[in-house]
Amino acid sequence: MSFLNVIVCIKQVPDPQYLSKITIDPISKTIRREDVPAVINPLDKHALEEGLRIRDEYGGRVIVVSMGPPQAELACREALAMGADEAILLCDKAFAGADTLSTSYSLSLAIKMVGGFNVILCGNETVDGSTGQVPPQLADFLNIPHVTRARKIEFIDEGMARVERSIEYGYMVVKVTLPAVIAVTREINIPRIPTVSGILEAHQREIKVWTAKDIEAEEERIGLAGSPTQVVDIFSPEIGRKGEMLRGAPEEVVKLLIQRLHELGVI
Amino acid sequence: MVRETEEYKGVWIFAEQRKGKLLEVSLELLGGGKELSNKLGVDLSAILLGHNVSKLAKELIAYGADKVHLVSHPLLELYQSDAYAKVVTDLVNQHKPEILLLGATAIGMDLAPKVAVKLKTGLSAHVVKLEIDEKRRLRQIVPGFGGKVMAVVVCPTCRPQMTTVRPGVFRKPARDESRKGNIVKVDVDITEDDLRARTIQMVEEKPKEKPLEGAEIIVAGGWGMRAVGGFKPVRELAELLGASVGGTRPAVDEGWITEEQMIGQSGKTIRPKLYIGLGISGEMHHTVGILGSEVIVAVNNDESAPIFQVADLGIVGDVREVLPQLLKEFERTG
Repeated sequence: MSFLNVIVCIKQVPDPQYLSKITIDPISKTIRREDVPAVINPLDKHALEEGLRIRDEYGGRVIVVSMGPPQAELACREALAMGADEAILLCDKAFAGADTLSTSYSLSLAIKMVGGFNVILCGNETVDGSTGQVPPQLADFLNIPHVTRARKIEFIDEGMARVERSIEYGYMVVKVTLPAVIAVTREINIPRIPTVSGILEAHQREIKVWTAKDIEAEEERIGLAGSPTQVVDIFSPEIGRKGEMLRGAPEEVVKLLIQRLHELGVI
Repeated sequence: MVRETEEYKGVWIFAEQRKGKLLEVSLELLGGGKELSNKLGVDLSAILLGHNVSKLAKELIAYGADKVHLVSHPLLELYQSDAYAKVVTDLVNQHKPEILLLGATAIGMDLAPKVAVKLKTGLSAHVVKLEIDEKRRLRQIVPGFGGKVMAVVVCPTCRPQMTTVRPGVFRKPARDESRKGNIVKVDVDITEDDLRARTIQMVEEKPKEKPLEGAEIIVAGGWGMRAVGGFKPVRELAELLGASVGGTRPAVDEGWITEEQMIGQSGKTIRPKLYIGLGISGEMHHTVGILGSEVIVAVNNDESAPIFQVADLGIVGDVREVLPQLLKEFERTG
C-alpha cells in the first residue's frame, strides 16, 4: 500500500462534563449553552487519532471536515494542532436546523468535492444528539459501504479493510471494500494531546470555510428545509419522585432502609 | 418534500434475531407497536430476516404481530448492512407502512439510518416515549444533551415515520400461543456482490457479569466509590442480594466495570424492581436510564446531589460508613 488518504468528520459539541449547565429558555424554547465550553466531540478525537495513525503508517493525508457555526473553527484548529493536514468547515446559515439526513447530505457533497479519499472516519456518535445516524447516512449518500462501532481496523490492501465492530455481548468481523465510512468507538485508541508547537503552528494555518453555494447544495435539501424531522417542543424532563430521606447514624438508617424495602416488597 | 402520507398504513417493527434467537427488544417493540396500532386502528406487522428462522415468525405472532414478512436466505444468516437495508427498503416501498420501529441495538442503529436515506424519510434515535397526535402523527420523545433536554419530534411530510427504541423502554407483551397471524414468505435475490461490507463472523462473548437486562435488583456505583478504592463492596452487596452490578460513565472510565454494565443515556435503560445507587451524584445522563426502576435508593454524602431528586429512599452519608453497615445487615438478614 503506497498511501491512504483519510477524511475525518468532526463536530463541535458542548463539553460533556458541563452538560448539567445546559438550560432551556422557557419563552423562546431554545437551548441555552452559553455557559458551556465547546470541544471536539470526544469520539471524533478517537476517529482523528486513528486517521493520524493510518497516515503515519501508510502515508497520505488527513483532511478534517466539520459543519457548524463560525466558532466551530476552534474545533478545526484543535484538529490541526493534533496533526491533521487540512481542515474544512461547512459554515452557512442555510445549514442551520439540519437533522441527520440533511447534515449527511451536506457532508457528502463536501467530501465529494475533496475527492481522492480511501477511508472516511467518524466518531460513532456525538454527546449532544447521540443518534449515531450520520456515519451510515453519509455512506449511503456517497454510495459506499459503512461499518459502525469499529474497535479495530486493519487494512488488507488499498481496496479492503478488516474491521472488528463491537456488539452487545460480543463482536462482529466485517470485511469492507474501500472507500468506506467507518465509525469508531472509544476502545480503538487513546487520542494524542496536541503539543505546544502543534498548537502554535495550527494558529498560522488556513481553515477553508465553505458555504452551501460552494458545495453546490440544493437549497431544499439542506438545513431545516431539508430535514424530514421537526422538533415541535423541547422541555426539561420532570423526573422528581416523592423521596423520603432517611437520617441518623449509619446502623439506624440502614436498618430503617431494609425495613422500608421489605414494606415495599422489593426484597 | 411533501408526499402523499395517506396511502401509508400500518405499524411495522424490525424483528432482530441473532443465531436463530429473537432479541428481547424485538418482543418489547411488539408491545409498544401494539399500543400504536390499536390507537391507529391498523395492523401490526414484523419483518424478520435470517436463514431458517420460520420458527421465530410463529413466536412473533404469539407476542402480538398480526403479520410477519419472513425473508429467508443463506446470505442473510448474519447481519449484512447492504443486503438488510435493501430488503427492508424494498418491503417498505411495496407495502407502505406509516410507522417503522427498530431496536436501538448495534444492528438496529446501523441499519435504520441507511434505510432512512434510501426511503428519504426522517429517523429519530432511542426514543423514550411514543404518542399519536390528533393529526395521526407519531410524536417521538427523544432525550438530548445527555438527557438534560427532552425534544418532541415529528415527521410531518415523509413516511414511514422511523425511530429506534432502546431495550427496556417498552414492556414485553404476554405470550399467547393461540394468537392467529399471517406469515408471508418473501423471496429475495441477493448475491455476494451485494455485500460490500460483509460480516464474516459473529462472536458471542459470555457476559462477564450478570446482565442488567431483566435484572430484578441492580446495585450501581459511581465516581464516589473511589473513596473505598473501587467496586469491591458494590459487588459484595450485589452478590448478597442476587443483584446485577451497574454503574456510571466514570465507573467505566476507571475500569471498575465494562461498558455492558453502564446505565444511562449512552448505556442501558433499566427496569428493575430495586435500584441502589452508591456514590452516584445523579447527572442526567445516568438518571435518564434508571427512571423505569420501581424503587430507587440512593446513598451519597452530598445532600444536594441530584440523585436524591429521583430517589424514593435517600441516605445522606459516607459510603465508607454506610456500605459496611449495609453489607452487615443484609448478611445478617439474608
